[in-house]
Amino acid sequence: MDKVNESIISAGFGGQGVMVLGKFFAIAGMLHEFKVTWLPSYGAEVRGGTAHSYVRISSNTIANPAVFNPDTAIVMNAPSLDKFEKRVKSGGLLILNSSMAVGKPKRNDIKIIEAPLTDEAIKIGNVKIANIITAGIYASRKRIFEKDILKNVIKTMLRTREELVSVNLRALELGMEIGKE
Amino acid sequence: MRRSKIKYLSTGNEACGEGALRAGCRFYAGYPITPQNELTAYMSRRMEEENGTFIQAESELAAINMVFGASVAGARAMTSSSSPGISLKQEGISYIAGAELPAVIVNIMRGGPGLGNIAASQSDYFQATKGGGHGDYRSIVLAPATVQEMFDFTYDAFSLADKYRNPVMILADGMLGQMMEPLAFDDNIKPSGIIPKPWALTGAEGRKPLSAKSLRLGSGKNSLERHNERLQEKYKNIERSEIKTELYKTDDAAKIIVAYGSPGRIGRSCVDTMRDDGDAIGLVRLKTLWPFPYAEIRKLAERGCEFLVVEMSAGQMVEDVRLAVQDDNKVSFYGRMGGGIPEEEVIIKKLKNRG
Repeated sequence: MDKVNESIISAGFGGQGVMVLGKFFAIAGMLHEFKVTWLPSYGAEVRGGTAHSYVRISSNTIANPAVFNPDTAIVMNAPSLDKFEKRVKSGGLLILNSSMAVGKPKRNDIKIIEAPLTDEAIKIGNVKIANIITAGIYASRKRIFEKDILKNVIKTMLRTREELVSVNLRALELGMEIGKE
Repeated sequence: MRRSKIKYLSTGNEACGEGALRAGCRFYAGYPITPQNELTAYMSRRMEEENGTFIQAESELAAINMVFGASVAGARAMTSSSSPGISLKQEGISYIAGAELPAVIVNIMRGGPGLGNIAASQSDYFQATKGGGHGDYRSIVLAPATVQEMFDFTYDAFSLADKYRNPVMILADGMLGQMMEPLAFDDNIKPSGIIPKPWALTGAEGRKPLSAKSLRLGSGKNSLERHNERLQEKYKNIERSEIKTELYKTDDAAKIIVAYGSPGRIGRSCVDTMRDDGDAIGLVRLKTLWPFPYAEIRKLAERGCEFLVVEMSAGQMVEDVRLAVQDDNKVSFYGRMGGGIPEEEVIIKKLKNRG
């Protein structure tokens, strides 16, 4: 495989699963034998506050786990759109949950994929899985992950909550559908 | 975390906890504080699984004194906190050093002074390496820079503590505590460096009573001055034997970054970037902060190297580098405070501009 050097910021309200989403990417990267780091960032208060996680996935040793200008920003709410749209690298990717992030992105030098992800998540049966839909979108755009391994990550992460596996697998599939060019 | 052969994605805090358990630590007392809470939480769960003792103490002072008590009874014991909480533990650490007891203390540093904030920092270097509490004592200070080293160094800390009957501190910034990285270890790993502890207070049945204390009012060979001389002898011995440093591409380097912890990771990346441009840059990454590698750095200085010290502080370790180099013109400094992380671009710019 080509050299990989990816940085991702996942941002939203506490409870939208942006920390778990970052872990999903990090575990997936690790299982693909890349170097990975994950770093959380949140205020002293969590639930309802804004939070984000930084992930790096690289063929090389990773220096700084914090990310200022990401290759990809996954934005789940409006405050995070204000904060992170401007920080995406030129030519980068912005995945936007338009159910929650009301307001229009302004950049025209980055790729923007916008979808009502919270509504989509409710439609397939669980409001909490909008994060995994974004993982599917990311996977279909970046092509650094094998689908079977991503499915295994879901099963591994939910090994004590098996009843949630199938809905998460559906979310991943849906995301990959939405992300198709 | 239980089965091995595979890699785990672990936080530094949890890797530290598992490293302690694998070293045979079965006593942990702590009090919650960000950014080391994952460690306390992890110990609360794992100590129960391992039939060890986990105590969420009523305060940091209580926790360090519980460690004193467990250690004096012969147990491998640990406490952890973050900067403001470590300040509260200093009295206990001084007592442990004075009574010559092994103990492992983890400081996942956050920004100060005072309650500061919860972001990563390295502004407790002076406190950790120069005593911290009162009296002429030293703690061995280990400085991990990866999640793997959070496990490895904590595992090693217990053997060092037992070997020298001395407090050992794991000094890591909050980023290393909270970040996740792959961690691998042998699931069959056993505690190492287990030695008899004839000094331990285990009940005096069939033998003369022992005592362990830091109060010394005696005279002659029991005087406090003689005791201090023995301690200093021990510290010299540690300085001779336990210095650990990573030298990265220093062989032909003209300029050298000196760093530990997270800035050590960033420094390494700067070396790689600048080497690609043909610049002769190297990195000295400290794995032990005390004992400090004065001789190693002096050797590089005598060869004509210049140094850029990078820290997440106003400049603390840089004082030891200046002591080693003994030519202030050859030592420059770049630091960030209060949660700022040194930037690669700035480090490279500083190295390019100098000389």
